[in-house]
Amino acid sequence: MSKSLKILIADDNDSDRLILTAIVKKEGHESVTAANGQEAVDMYKEHKPDIVLLDALMPVMDGFNAARLIKEASGEDLVPIIFLTSLQDAASLAKCLDSGGDDFLSKPYNRIILKAKINAFSRMRTMHSAIQEHNKQLLLEQQVAKTIFDNVAHLGCLDAGNLKYSLSPLAVFNGDTVLAERKPDGGMYVFLGDFTGHGLPAAVGSLPLAEIFYGMTGKGFNIEEILREINQKLRKILPTGVFCCGSMIDMDFYEKSAKVWVGGLPNCFLYHSGNKEITELISKNLPLGVLDSKSFKPVFEEYSLDIGDRFFLWSDGIIESRNVEGEMFGEDRLRDVFYKCQEPEELFQQTLSAVDEFIGVEGVRDDDITVLEAKMVEHAELGESNLQNMKGTSVGPMDWELEFVLKAATLKLYNPLPLVLHIVTEVEGLRSVSGQLYTLLAELFSNALEHGVLNLSSELKKSTAGFAEYYQARTKALEQLSEGEVKVTLRHKPLNLGGLLTIRMEDTGNGFDHESIINRSRTNKEYSGRGLPLISKICDSFAYKGKGNIVEATIQWPVVKKI
Amino acid sequence: MVDVNDHLNTEALDELKEVMEDDFSLLIDTFVTDSETRLQTLSDLVMGTDADAIRREAHSLKGSSSNIGATKMTDLCKSLEDQGKDGVLDGVQGLKDAIAQEYQLVKGLLEQHYS
Repeated sequence: MSKSLKILIADDNDSDRLILTAIVKKEGHESVTAANGQEAVDMYKEHKPDIVLLDALMPVMDGFNAARLIKEASGEDLVPIIFLTSLQDAASLAKCLDSGGDDFLSKPYNRIILKAKINAFSRMRTMHSAIQEHNKQLLLEQQVAKTIFDNVAHLGCLDAGNLKYSLSPLAVFNGDTVLAERKPDGGMYVFLGDFTGHGLPAAVGSLPLAEIFYGMTGKGFNIEEILREINQKLRKILPTGVFCCGSMIDMDFYEKSAKVWVGGLPNCFLYHSGNKEITELISKNLPLGVLDSKSFKPVFEEYSLDIGDRFFLWSDGIIESRNVEGEMFGEDRLRDVFYKCQEPEELFQQTLSAVDEFIGVEGVRDDDITVLEAKMVEHAELGESNLQNMKGTSVGPMDWELEFVLKAATLKLYNPLPLVLHIVTEVEGLRSVSGQLYTLLAELFSNALEHGVLNLSSELKKSTAGFAEYYQARTKALEQLSEGEVKVTLRHKPLNLGGLLTIRMEDTGNGFDHESIINRSRTNKEYSGRGLPLISKICDSFAYKGKGNIVEATIQWPVVKKI
Repeated sequence: MVDVNDHLNTEALDELKEVMEDDFSLLIDTFVTDSETRLQTLSDLVMGTDADAIRREAHSLKGSSSNIGATKMTDLCKSLEDQGKDGVLDGVQGLKDAIAQEYQLVKGLLEQHYS
C-alpha cells in the first residue's frame, strides 16, 4: 500500500462526508473534515493536509474561494485540490480548475476512481518535493559558488570615488561581471562583461576572467596583454557557443586619457561633460573566447579626456528590458535620457530610473541590468594604488645586479615591465613602493623606447589631435622597427639599514640635450614630455648621462613617505 | 409491488456497505436526518421566488442522494435543480412533493433492506 496521507475533506453534506471519510480510511489514510469553505481554509492552515477534497458548492464560503485561499496559504508546497462536484456543464468544471483545483471527482463517488486519483496526486507530491529538494540543493550550491566567486572577484577598486555601478547580487548567474582595479602606475582598469547563457554555465567563465584581470593588473601587464590572456583562457575552457561580450577601459589619470576596447557589447557611451555630447563606443571586436590567439587582434580607441568626462558601459539587459506590452527599452530611449540630462552627476541614476519607469511594476526586469560609470578625475582625488603583496616575509635578494637587453624584434611585441617589476619586488623592502616603482620603470622605459629608439617627438602629445597622431606614429614606428635596443640594468646594494636600488636604461637613440631641458623643466611646469617632474618626485637621485641616451635613477629604502 | 431496482442502485449500496463497515447504519441515519432538513428547507423555498436558492438546495440533495444510490430521487432533484437554474418556478412545488414522496419510499426501502 502507498504511504499514509492526511486528507482534508470539505463537504456540507453530512452523509457525503461520512462516505468520503470511510473511503479514505479504507485506503489507509488519515482524514480531517470541514462542513464549509471557511472551515476548510481554517482546517488547512491548522492541519497542513497532503491532499484536499473540496465540494464546489458549500454555504458560508464556496469551494472556489476556498481553493484560492488554500493555494495562497500553501506557498511553494504542492497541495493538490480535487473538487467534489455533481456539476456537469463544461463551464462549471473549467471554473473548478481555474480557481486552483487540480482535478475533479463526480458524485456519486466511486471508490476506485478516488483511490486512483489520490495515488496519482501522491506520486505528484513526492516528485514535487524531490524537485524542491533538488532546487534547495541547487540554490545552496549557487550560494557556495557565489562565495567562491566573491573571493576571487572581490570588489577590487569598485568602491573608488570615480565609479558607480549597478549589478544584481546574483548577477554572476546572469553571466554579468563588473571588475575594476588600480594599476601599479596609478591608472585604473575597468571591465564589464556579459557571458552568453544563464546559470552556472554562464558563471564559470567569470572565475578565470576575474583571476586573470586582477592577477595581471597587479603585475603591471598592459590592456592588450590582459585581454589576450583572457581571450585565450576563455577559448580554451568554455564550450563552443559560450563566450564573453565585454568592454575594458584603461584610464590614465595623469595624462587624462583612456584606451577603450569593446567586443560584442551594444554601443556604450562616452559622455563629454563640457559640451554634453556623447561619443558612442562601437564594438569593433568579437567577444572574448571566440578567436584563437593568432586571430585575436584587439582594436582600441584612444580618447583624450577632460575632468568629469565619463564612460558608461552596459550589457544588453538595459536595452532589452521590456514593458508590459512587450516593447523593448531600446537604444533611442537610452540616448534620450542622456540628451535630456542637465546634471552629469545624475546621469547614472536617471538612466536606471528611466528603465524602471519604462518597464513599470508589471514589466519584465530580469534583474540583469548591469551598468558601470567610470569618470575621469584628478589623480590626487583617487590617491595612490594600494596593491597588496601576498608573498611571504623573506628579506629577498639584497646584493645583486642584472642586465636585460631588449632587441628590436622584442621591443615590437614584448612588454618587459611586469617581469622587471617582479624581479625588483623580490626585494622585500621595495614591495610597499611597487606602485611608484612601476610608474618609474614605465616612464623610463617608454622614454627610452619612444623618444630614444623610435625617435618620436613629445611635442605632439600636447594637443588632443596630436595625442592621437602621436599614438599612430608610435604604432607605425614600432611596426617598422628593425634595429635598436634598450638595455635595462638593475642593481641592488644592501645598506646598513635597508638598501639602494639603481635603475639604468640605455637606448640606441640619438639622445638629447639633457642639461638645458632639465634646467628648463625646473622652472617650466608645462614641460612634461619625458614625465620628468613625476620621476623626480619618486626617486632619490635621477640623472641623464652620455649624450642623453642613458638615464640612471636610484631609490633608497626604507622609503620616507613623499607627498 | 415496488421493484427496489427502480429506486436504488443496489450494487452501489452493497459496495458502500462494504466500505462503511460498522458506520453504514450511521450513514443511513445521517442521510435521513440530512434529507429531512433539506426537504423542510425546500418546502419553504418553493413557496417563494428565490430560484437560485432552490437550485442550490436541490443540487445538494442531488449529491447526497446520488451517493447513497437513490437513483430516482437523484433524477428528480436534478429536474428541480435545472428548473431553479433556468429560473422556472412553475411546477416546482409539484416536483418538491414528488421528491418528498420518493424520499419516503427510499427511506422505507433502506430500512427494509439495509438495516
